Amino acid sequence: MPNGVAAHADEHGHVHVHHPAHQHHFQTMQQQQEASALGMWLFLVTEIMFFGGLLVAYMLYRVWYPEAWSEGSEELSIVLGGTNTLVLIGSSLTMAFAVRAGQTGRAPKVIVGWLGITMALGLTFLVIKFFEYKEKFALGHVPGRNFHAEGPHAAQLQIFYSLYFALTGLHALHMIIGFGLLSVIAWMAWKGRFSEEWYTPLEMSGLYWHFVDIVWIFLFPLLYLVDRAHQLS
Amino acid sequence: MATITTATTALPQRDYLNHDHSVASWLLTKDHKRIAILYMVFVTLAFLIGGIFAAAIRIELTTPAGDLVSADTYNKLFTMHGVNMVFFVLIPAVPAILGNFCLPLMIGARDVAFPKLNLLSWYVFVIGFFFTTTAMIVGGVDTGWTFYVPYSSQASNSNVFLTGIGIFIAGFSSILTGLNFMVTIHRMRAPGMTWFRLPLMVWALYATALVQVLATPVIAITVLMMAVERVLGFGIFDARLGGDPVLFQHLFWFYSHPAVYIMILPPMGAISEVIACFSRKQIFGYSFVAFSSLAIAVFGFLVWAHHLFVAGISPYSAMVFSFLSFAVAIPSAVKTFNWTATMYKGAIWWKTPMMYVLGFLGLFLIGGLTGLFLASLGLDVHVHDTYFVVAHFHYIMVGGAIMGYFAGLHFWWPKITGRMYNDSLGKLSALLIFVGFNLTFFPQFVLGYLGMPRRYHAYPPEFQVLNVLSSAGASVLAVGYLLPMCYFTYSLFKGEKAGANPWGATGLEWTTQSPPLPENFAEIPIVNEGAYEYSKREMKVA
Repeated sequence: MPNGVAAHADEHGHVHVHHPAHQHHFQTMQQQQEASALGMWLFLVTEIMFFGGLLVAYMLYRVWYPEAWSEGSEELSIVLGGTNTLVLIGSSLTMAFAVRAGQTGRAPKVIVGWLGITMALGLTFLVIKFFEYKEKFALGHVPGRNFHAEGPHAAQLQIFYSLYFALTGLHALHMIIGFGLLSVIAWMAWKGRFSEEWYTPLEMSGLYWHFVDIVWIFLFPLLYLVDRAHQLS
Repeated sequence: MATITTATTALPQRDYLNHDHSVASWLLTKDHKRIAILYMVFVTLAFLIGGIFAAAIRIELTTPAGDLVSADTYNKLFTMHGVNMVFFVLIPAVPAILGNFCLPLMIGARDVAFPKLNLLSWYVFVIGFFFTTTAMIVGGVDTGWTFYVPYSSQASNSNVFLTGIGIFIAGFSSILTGLNFMVTIHRMRAPGMTWFRLPLMVWALYATALVQVLATPVIAITVLMMAVERVLGFGIFDARLGGDPVLFQHLFWFYSHPAVYIMILPPMGAISEVIACFSRKQIFGYSFVAFSSLAIAVFGFLVWAHHLFVAGISPYSAMVFSFLSFAVAIPSAVKTFNWTATMYKGAIWWKTPMMYVLGFLGLFLIGGLTGLFLASLGLDVHVHDTYFVVAHFHYIMVGGAIMGYFAGLHFWWPKITGRMYNDSLGKLSALLIFVGFNLTFFPQFVLGYLGMPRRYHAYPPEFQVLNVLSSAGASVLAVGYLLPMCYFTYSLFKGEKAGANPWGATGLEWTTQSPPLPENFAEIPIVNEGAYEYSKREMKVA
């Protein structure tokens, strides 16, 4: 039985047959899938509100301290941030291919292959992020008791860096969680758990991965591109 | 045939409580009914702890001098009272206990949409509770439950971080419960259970879930920022480092005002169920009551800055927030009017749950109307941070929410446990709570209006009479709260067996046995009528 059907006796001794992933409190597989999808979207809404709290703080201080924002932003590397943006957009594409492979019932190795590339790109992002953080540590730009900055906006610059680390740190944490999630999904795919009828976990992790990418699509301009127009002219 | 029938009824009935007695079957249960009981254990524990702090506060305040405890200890007492009662009693009480138990039964489902997530929510809740309790044991926290900066930054030497992390963790329990309930209501309804056949409790839980899902993440990130800022010593909220303390207040109340609706909406749902049942009438204006729940949830998001009228916000934004705060009174009044109209010409049955409903109506009315005083810009400046505010929110959060919780608990107790409790003692406790509550908190309106500020352990001697009245009321209230614990415990072991439907109520939860089967229903029911068709059926108590 590939992607088989499970048959077992219930509490009343009746033998019944159903898809192995079908949970008993759902009447149908379709109901189960719709519930999972709605639950995932709602979870992503809570994530938006979670990042939203930080973004409100970001907005306030950007309006209050435009000079510090411009100064702090210019110290971030557009090359590294831009590379990471491309890396993540690429990973979203390969994630979409992975979900598509599951949806069309392709062989496990195809799904695992796309997931592998996605994870490799995710890891690339984290490695680049690590070097960015490392540089901040070296320069003393990590907020806290050892924070060090020159100039008239030193205190405000610390707020910029607090929010920089809070936002990118929270995002990186989501990347790490996503990496773990994809490892599990790849393992499930390798074991041949997914088929055209049922690939819900694959699709749900896809939603999560895209969400984390979209967060970065907001963070990159908000943090790296605050006041760069003069550099172009 | 007769012998066969006797033989089957003599067998012990299989239900969710007795089908497995092992500890693991409780701690690893995915059954929403058992999870509800797990929550009840910890919420009751938190209620007792919070009650002890309240008792200490009221004893201190019987004399004008700060003689029983020091000012620092007093700060810790009211903080830990607030933290316990808000985050570990009022927020989970009705949704996580009664909601968990009733929701799948009410919509004709076998369980919530995500049973494992439901169990996880409970564990997350317990871990959060563990953190805040540890913080209390190792020295307590003295910031006030609102954690305002700078009370929670440079002005505090207490366990802000531990408590904050505890609240952060417990918040996820609330988020996940709300998410679970929303998906359950959307996707798990029995055939024929259309949106407008849903019991009003379900509408209330839906509105609550909306608030839990949208607002709770914001307090999570805010408390996290506050806690991390304190540990690492940087300043998002610290004015010395260029941060904005008022931003903290905005973010805090963006959750904590809607949180009041997390506390009050589910009890309102329970009230709708009980009042229709014990008036033997279709609820008056079903769709108005249903949509007023949603309206309260939506308006609830737009009023948070009425807590900041004296914090230096722009007078123009204050005017908008004042107006919107008044607007919340409309759906609240719609509910109250519809409930009273439901009783009009009903065949009212005086049982304990109905007594609690009447108590709720009286206390919620006073609490709601005094809320209008606080929404007025001018008057709020006078009574801000006085006992007037304390009295107002206790009328809503204790008089309203806890009264509603008790109404629901007394209503569904026979379903939850399969046993009845002593009705006379139940009525007595409802009366004691109503009288004790008013005696405790009504004098506080007067105290606040006369200018007694909240959060001080000493006060001028002229306030003593009213404070003694308040403390006397608190002891009546304590008896009123302890009484149900006694007769409920007795009922668990010795109570008369309850049938499937002891109140003759409509609603799917009353069509299954008491206590229900582990899988709720032998067959998934098919629904073909509204939730409150009391006029169509004879009063049948089984």
